[in-house]
Amino acid sequence: MKIPISWLKDYIDLDGLSVEDIARKLTLAGLEVDEIKYAGLPMPEYKDGEKHEFKTSGIGWDKEKLVVAEIREVMPHPNADRLTLLDLFDGTQNQTVLTGAPNIFHLKGTGKLAKPIKAAYAKEGSTIYDGHVDGLVLTTLKRAKIRGVESYSMVCSEKELGISEEHEGIILLDDDAPVGMPLTDYMGDAVLDISILPSMARNANVLGVARELAALTGRELRKHVNKETGKQGDKETGKQGKNAVRSTQKSVTDLVEIEITVPELNPRFVMGLIRDIEIKPSPYHIQRRLRLAGMRPINNIVDATNYAMLDVGEPLHAFDYDVLVGRVGQVGNLPYKIKIITRAAQDGEKLTTLDGNERTLTSANVLVCDEKGSLALAGVMGGLESEVTDKTKTVLLEGANWNSINTRKTAGQHNLQSEASFRFSRGVHPALAEQGVKRGLQLMAEWSGGVIAPGLVDEYPLKPKDPMIAITPKDVKRLLGIELTAKQIAELLTRLEFKCTVEKNIVKAKTPPHRLDIGEGAVGLADVLEEVARVYGYDRIPETRMSDSLPPQLGNPQHEWEERTRDLLVALGLQEVVSYRMTSRERESRLFAPEGSQTLREHVVLANPIAPERSVMRRSLPASLLETAEKNARGGSLAMFEIGPVFEPQQNGLPNEPRKLAIVMTGARLASAWDVKDSPSYDFYDMKGRIELLLSGLRLSGISYAPAPASSSPSAPLSAEYLHPGKAAEVKVNGQTVGVFGELHPLAKERYDFETAVIVAEFDLDALRNAAPTYGITPVSEFPPVFEDIAVIVDEAVAAERVESLIRQTGGRTVTRVRLFDVYRDEKIGAGKKSLAYNLTYQSDKTMTDAEAAAIRTKIVKRLEHEVGAKLRS
Amino acid sequence: MSDQLNEIEKAALESLQSVTDSSALEAWRVSHLGRSSPLMSVFAGLGKLSKEERPVVGQGANRVKVALESALEERAKLVKEAALAKSLEEDALDVTLPGRGIHVGRLHPSTQQLRKVLSILADMGFQVYTSREVETDEYNFQLLNFPPNHPARDMQDTFFVEAEGRGDNPILLRTHTSPGQIHAMREFSAMNPDNPPPIRIALPGMCFRYEQITARSEIQFNQVEGLVVGENITFADLKGTLVDFARRMFGQNARTRFRASYFPFTEPSAEMDIECFVCGGKGCSVCKNSGWLEILGCGMVHPVVLQNGGYDPARYSGFAWGMGPERQLMLRYKIDDIRYFWGNDLRFLDQF
Repeated sequence: MKIPISWLKDYIDLDGLSVEDIARKLTLAGLEVDEIKYAGLPMPEYKDGEKHEFKTSGIGWDKEKLVVAEIREVMPHPNADRLTLLDLFDGTQNQTVLTGAPNIFHLKGTGKLAKPIKAAYAKEGSTIYDGHVDGLVLTTLKRAKIRGVESYSMVCSEKELGISEEHEGIILLDDDAPVGMPLTDYMGDAVLDISILPSMARNANVLGVARELAALTGRELRKHVNKETGKQGDKETGKQGKNAVRSTQKSVTDLVEIEITVPELNPRFVMGLIRDIEIKPSPYHIQRRLRLAGMRPINNIVDATNYAMLDVGEPLHAFDYDVLVGRVGQVGNLPYKIKIITRAAQDGEKLTTLDGNERTLTSANVLVCDEKGSLALAGVMGGLESEVTDKTKTVLLEGANWNSINTRKTAGQHNLQSEASFRFSRGVHPALAEQGVKRGLQLMAEWSGGVIAPGLVDEYPLKPKDPMIAITPKDVKRLLGIELTAKQIAELLTRLEFKCTVEKNIVKAKTPPHRLDIGEGAVGLADVLEEVARVYGYDRIPETRMSDSLPPQLGNPQHEWEERTRDLLVALGLQEVVSYRMTSRERESRLFAPEGSQTLREHVVLANPIAPERSVMRRSLPASLLETAEKNARGGSLAMFEIGPVFEPQQNGLPNEPRKLAIVMTGARLASAWDVKDSPSYDFYDMKGRIELLLSGLRLSGISYAPAPASSSPSAPLSAEYLHPGKAAEVKVNGQTVGVFGELHPLAKERYDFETAVIVAEFDLDALRNAAPTYGITPVSEFPPVFEDIAVIVDEAVAAERVESLIRQTGGRTVTRVRLFDVYRDEKIGAGKKSLAYNLTYQSDKTMTDAEAAAIRTKIVKRLEHEVGAKLRS
Repeated sequence: MSDQLNEIEKAALESLQSVTDSSALEAWRVSHLGRSSPLMSVFAGLGKLSKEERPVVGQGANRVKVALESALEERAKLVKEAALAKSLEEDALDVTLPGRGIHVGRLHPSTQQLRKVLSILADMGFQVYTSREVETDEYNFQLLNFPPNHPARDMQDTFFVEAEGRGDNPILLRTHTSPGQIHAMREFSAMNPDNPPPIRIALPGMCFRYEQITARSEIQFNQVEGLVVGENITFADLKGTLVDFARRMFGQNARTRFRASYFPFTEPSAEMDIECFVCGGKGCSVCKNSGWLEILGCGMVHPVVLQNGGYDPARYSGFAWGMGPERQLMLRYKIDDIRYFWGNDLRFLDQF
């Protein structure tokens, strides 16, 4: 919402407040000023080191150099047909000014003007925007010869003064502009660009902002319209100027009647009529204000509807009355009484809106109709047929109230965001319908010479509650933490036009009839407390430390455990990544062969994805991580992990969100260095080593590794189907599968761009977390250990893990460490055989002798011979 | 005889002069002090000498032996020093060659920032509470006082999940961590419905908004919310707590201000700004010349929300706030493109 300062001054005395002061007060009270755009008022000058407060743009006008002047004659240029020379008086002397402005060109050579034209005059040395280049570029006027005539000053367009983009012609000021007056004093302005919060829809207009400012500064909100916009007249009641109604014509109520079929959708409908209007441009200062406020001036009637909306907040719609009469016909000299009906549209009904688009409606839309059919899409946009044109003589002006939810739906449905729908969809108080129509008619009368017909047609079937809220000093103390008396509370609320009474220390505050944001009961109390706090000033509320009792200490073991897991993974040299949760089926199916069961898995599907490649929630964490790895694979070394949820859909219900860990390793095992020529690539055992360290870091025991099952059911939480069947293992803790890992299946790898083998691990974090950690520690013996190597030859089919576990079982507590240091295959030891060599460490709670160690060793060898047919290798 | 000894000594000492390494030294020892050296043959011949000569020659031989041994020792020291000096010189490295790296792991910057925020909050007594990422409209909006079709929903463009027969309660991706407020309040109030216990929790997690992915907007982002509920909680407590937090987070000199704002689930609502730490409030591109940075939104828990959580608003009050770790990182490290976070380019991640 763009609010010109000059317009605010219609309502409130701003003397002594700088533009920044005003912007600061509004911002702190929730009317956040995003930007201040200066158009003539002096800009603040920040010295080096001084603090800025607002994003600022625009220019201030030099008081000496930019003035109101009058053009007395438009003379031809001796050497250029398209240019003219102006005889201009700037208040002190006559000047000759060169211009090509089209909007005074027609006066060329007509001699002394009967009525001089007022213009914005920039003297030599003025700094203004260059009107002839794109964008806003400052330029300073210098003396120069143009086609043989000296030029040193100019008459300005709005663009040159930073008011708008308008550069079609020069500004033609209103006739009463005082010649010689500095322009900054005459029409210098600054525009506050304010974000309107949903709760502050009431302030999407100048009066609303002025009311807030009055409350925040304790100044008076002026009830009278200032001379700039109107004559006298009470803004709040909309009482019209006494000259406006000139005759005893027929009352509107004789000409028009209104039927509201659904009051919930249309709580109020008000109409007024003005006749004998002359369509023409609005006064210049009105056009300027509209442009500053971001609207395009059209003509005096349309401008009046827009101006009144920006002024008091009620969107208005002007119908060409004669078109409506034409639709229903006449009886003799008298028109039928026009009947306006508001109703829900029929599905498939059509209406061509003002923007020329034919729209197909649904029963969720509301229409303004006459007896012949639809006229306007309620609360959103008028219809094309009955709009005001250059020929319009009589205007029927609508100020209605529409249901906010319905308007919001309709505007969304037709993608039609208008000034009207912006306001109605946020809620407009029905009281404003009457104020708006009166204000609109008054402006039309002033700017068009029209005559307002007496009376208004006003259907008001559904009045809002305007709740009465009881609030006490105790409430204020309990929720805001400040001490205010009932009288002080009442005073703060009265500034916002709440009608307050104080009785027995209870303030009863009646909601003023312009706001819909105050609820009832406990909600109403919170609503009113916020108003007390805002007007009192958030900055004046003290900062205290909580004195309430402490809550139960529950902690979050799951979160703590997960963070510990992250730390362990980082310590193992793995980089954490965080991927998008959204992916597509196609992206995930890269990991799984087309015939793989994963492709059959269901996803959580988005109803409104931003793009096809982000259309489902991920089902596979390794798929996400592999994408990241692929993007980063630049021939180096990659080792990364991600922890997070995957999403498993449930029939029309909330999905399961099991948490997973994925690890991907690929590329060189050794960190690159100038003396490392060829590093081996990461392989299965690099991953396994890290997994072993992770599990020991989590203090888990009872861990076993086994070849991963070749196929798994689609519902299995962990699937190894994307892994090389001979290079994949599942990890169990106490018999429970917690993860799978291995080398990426060659078919899957083909679908990615990797140069080296890719090792992938996937863990079910819930299963891993639920595995019971080891209790206690292994004591550290003070007695010297005995070390011994043992090598056995076994069949290829015997798993290394089996041999190791037999050694441990047989050795018991005395064998404290078993380390496989060599795996050897050779014809000498026989085909289909392998030699496994172990370092054994014997240690007990006394000094061990070699003989004792040898005895255990013998037992181990015998056991291995017996169980797996091992032979001791000499 | 004594001449002979002198000869032996002289010859030995002379030849020692040319010894420069340890093997020559050993050879010298063998030839001059070894079993078959001239000196040792003098000792061996002592038995053949007369009684008178024996002590004289013996003493003389001993003197020479001591002299040679001490010369050897001295020479050995010199040889060793020379050898060391040589090897030190030879072993010198090019210290300007680059060092050898290792593969290090790092936490994602968002995790690092989340931890920083949560650890400060933990110090302040806030426990971590986590909840699901896919939610119902009821928990994400309705129970938080966003009725269907409320204009405040425009502030949070939403991803919806395909699901049938849900009516007014569609499934969606949470737009904020606030549904956790309801989950937590209901969990806590269920412990003792007549006298629900106080709450002080931090709610971290991933949230989603229907946006185009650009340098300035993302479809997912982390949020951390704080929630306090109790019997004596005021707006002044909200200010005090958040100012304390800001000082821990941004330094003890951090200046803050509270602006009135609007969120459906809090009232009164506010935004807390901190003075721009890049320019010190003088105005710069980071704070868009305003001197202030928006850091968090906050407010007193709305009575409807308290009620929905099982806390009687006539007896209990509370406050809540929400903030974005990625936004904090962007301000802190002058990151001008939010897409870096989920882009996961190692050249970005390596910098944290």
